[in-house]
Amino acid sequence: MEQVIANGLYLGAQYALIALGLTLIFALMNVLNFAHGQMYVLGGFITYTVYGQLGLPFVVALLASGATLAVIGALMEKFLFRTVIRRSHREESTMLLAAATAFFFDAVILLLFGEKQRGVPKIVKGVFNDAGIIMPYDRLVVGALAIVFIAAFVLYMQYSRVGRAMRALAQDRVAAQLMGVRVDRYSMIGFAMGAMLAGVVGGLLVTITGVNSGIGGPISIKAFLMVMIGGAGVVGGAIAGGLILGMMESVGLTVLREYGDVTYLVIFAALMVFLSIRPNGLMGKPWG
Amino acid sequence: MTLNRNVKIAAVVAFLAIVFIAVPAVISASGRFDLYYTLTSVALLSIASAGVWLTFYIGRINIGQGAYALMGGYISAILVMNHGWSFWLALPVAGLFCAAASVLIGLPILRLRGVYFAMVTLVLTEVARLLALALPITNGAKGIVSIPLPGALSVFGVTLIPDFASLQNSRLAFYLLAVTLMVVCFAVMYRLVNSRIGKLCQSLQQNEELASSIGVNIAYLRVIAYAVSSFFGGVSGAIFAAISQSIYPSSFTVTDSVNFMLNCFLGGLGYVFGPMLGTLVLYFGWDLLFQTGQFQLLIYSGLMIVLMLVLPNGLLSLAEMTRKKG
Repeated sequence: MEQVIANGLYLGAQYALIALGLTLIFALMNVLNFAHGQMYVLGGFITYTVYGQLGLPFVVALLASGATLAVIGALMEKFLFRTVIRRSHREESTMLLAAATAFFFDAVILLLFGEKQRGVPKIVKGVFNDAGIIMPYDRLVVGALAIVFIAAFVLYMQYSRVGRAMRALAQDRVAAQLMGVRVDRYSMIGFAMGAMLAGVVGGLLVTITGVNSGIGGPISIKAFLMVMIGGAGVVGGAIAGGLILGMMESVGLTVLREYGDVTYLVIFAALMVFLSIRPNGLMGKPWG
Repeated sequence: MTLNRNVKIAAVVAFLAIVFIAVPAVISASGRFDLYYTLTSVALLSIASAGVWLTFYIGRINIGQGAYALMGGYISAILVMNHGWSFWLALPVAGLFCAAASVLIGLPILRLRGVYFAMVTLVLTEVARLLALALPITNGAKGIVSIPLPGALSVFGVTLIPDFASLQNSRLAFYLLAVTLMVVCFAVMYRLVNSRIGKLCQSLQQNEELASSIGVNIAYLRVIAYAVSSFFGGVSGAIFAAISQSIYPSSFTVTDSVNFMLNCFLGGLGYVFGPMLGTLVLYFGWDLLFQTGQFQLLIYSGLMIVLMLVLPNGLLSLAEMTRKKG
């Protein structure tokens, strides 16, 4: 049982970091970023190239993943989403744009990196084995890094000037604008940060599970799940949702093993029941 | 609308003449019989997209149409294969089953709005796929294969529709079936949207609380709209299963659900015939780009992004823009 909880915590920390990026973009722009999973894959492939192929230190690779995705995110906001939001009658139109960019990233990733499953050498060797828990050291390092990033993100949003501006923007766009917040600029920074988080998680997880060009869509769906559990557009909700999904997956895979591959079916069914009771998730604001 | 009655009737007649007479004539003259299959797919997909459009019309983003298409396909396949039903009976039953299921599912989830509804319907598509994999009756990943072609339909001894298996050209038969259903579907949609219910649905799209406060039964209306939408999804899925004579859990996936939604966006959310145009353009665009090989997806999605930037309100908004200018 300790093993199951440890696995759940490890998974949950990763998931929470993915969900944070998605929820940040949603909170600021009201955009459901379909391309989030693809951004994750792109981050994974960049780390694979820099760390696995070029042999540079892992930290450099992680930085490269984050920086590249941040630039891509900023450009996407400035040239795509901002334009469409301005010109469209209905704000749902951004969903088409997001879906199209997801397809676009899929195509680019496939062309640049091929369809093979890619992995990198372990960052730390050895296995932790104590108190009934078996966990490779690299997983521990990655899990700890994820928690550090989450903490840094929360602190940044809470105490920095940029974070305060973004929270104001998420609360009430018009009011923030009237108070002199440069809405366009912080939307762009927020989008870049969300994309950066996706890239960083991709870079972290490539060391454990590897990466291939087909996993973008499924990752996006998982991220949507977490955001729905916790409530869209809320930082605490994303973290809670990530941990809950990680835990459910870990427990489900152990408990439901004898019934075949039904873990996700059970999770989905539970989620639909949960949402019909609590439509805004655990701590979401009404009507997202 | 500025179009007067005569122009409208002429447009409808011209459209019917094109799809029922001109297209078959051109295809048999050019010998490109594979186009029948493409056009049949377009017609069926546009029926499913019309359903999605209807949920857009009540202000909900529906990414769950794939679930109902899959459900419809399986229901008709099971009825035909395991219970020996005629396809012509199984088809409406499949649609009605989907509508009934959507009422049960819709009652709780239609309370959700915005991205929550979008995400939960997306999850619904995954649930349908996983259920099809897990349930014993759907035969798991192997799916249901070698479903017989639709048989003859006769009423009081008069054969209305001949046995598809006995026809020389079953592709033409399927084309006519799909196009007929498409015409009926869009006629129903047009009638619905321009009726009292249509106006009420529009009020839901704009502000549910306000609509509710002046006495619109919003819970009833949105379930009805969702049920009609799912009926369309189920019917189109059932015919797809009949054409390909097989159905698998992967026949309709999240990608299909997203595509149904994209068809609506591309055609224009403000126009009843948007989904039809959107499906035609997206499906043919994808087919035409096949020659570009590995760059197919890149060009396709790139064009879609450009189109979105230039015409964010759909292709049909182009007509409105020229009319305003002129």
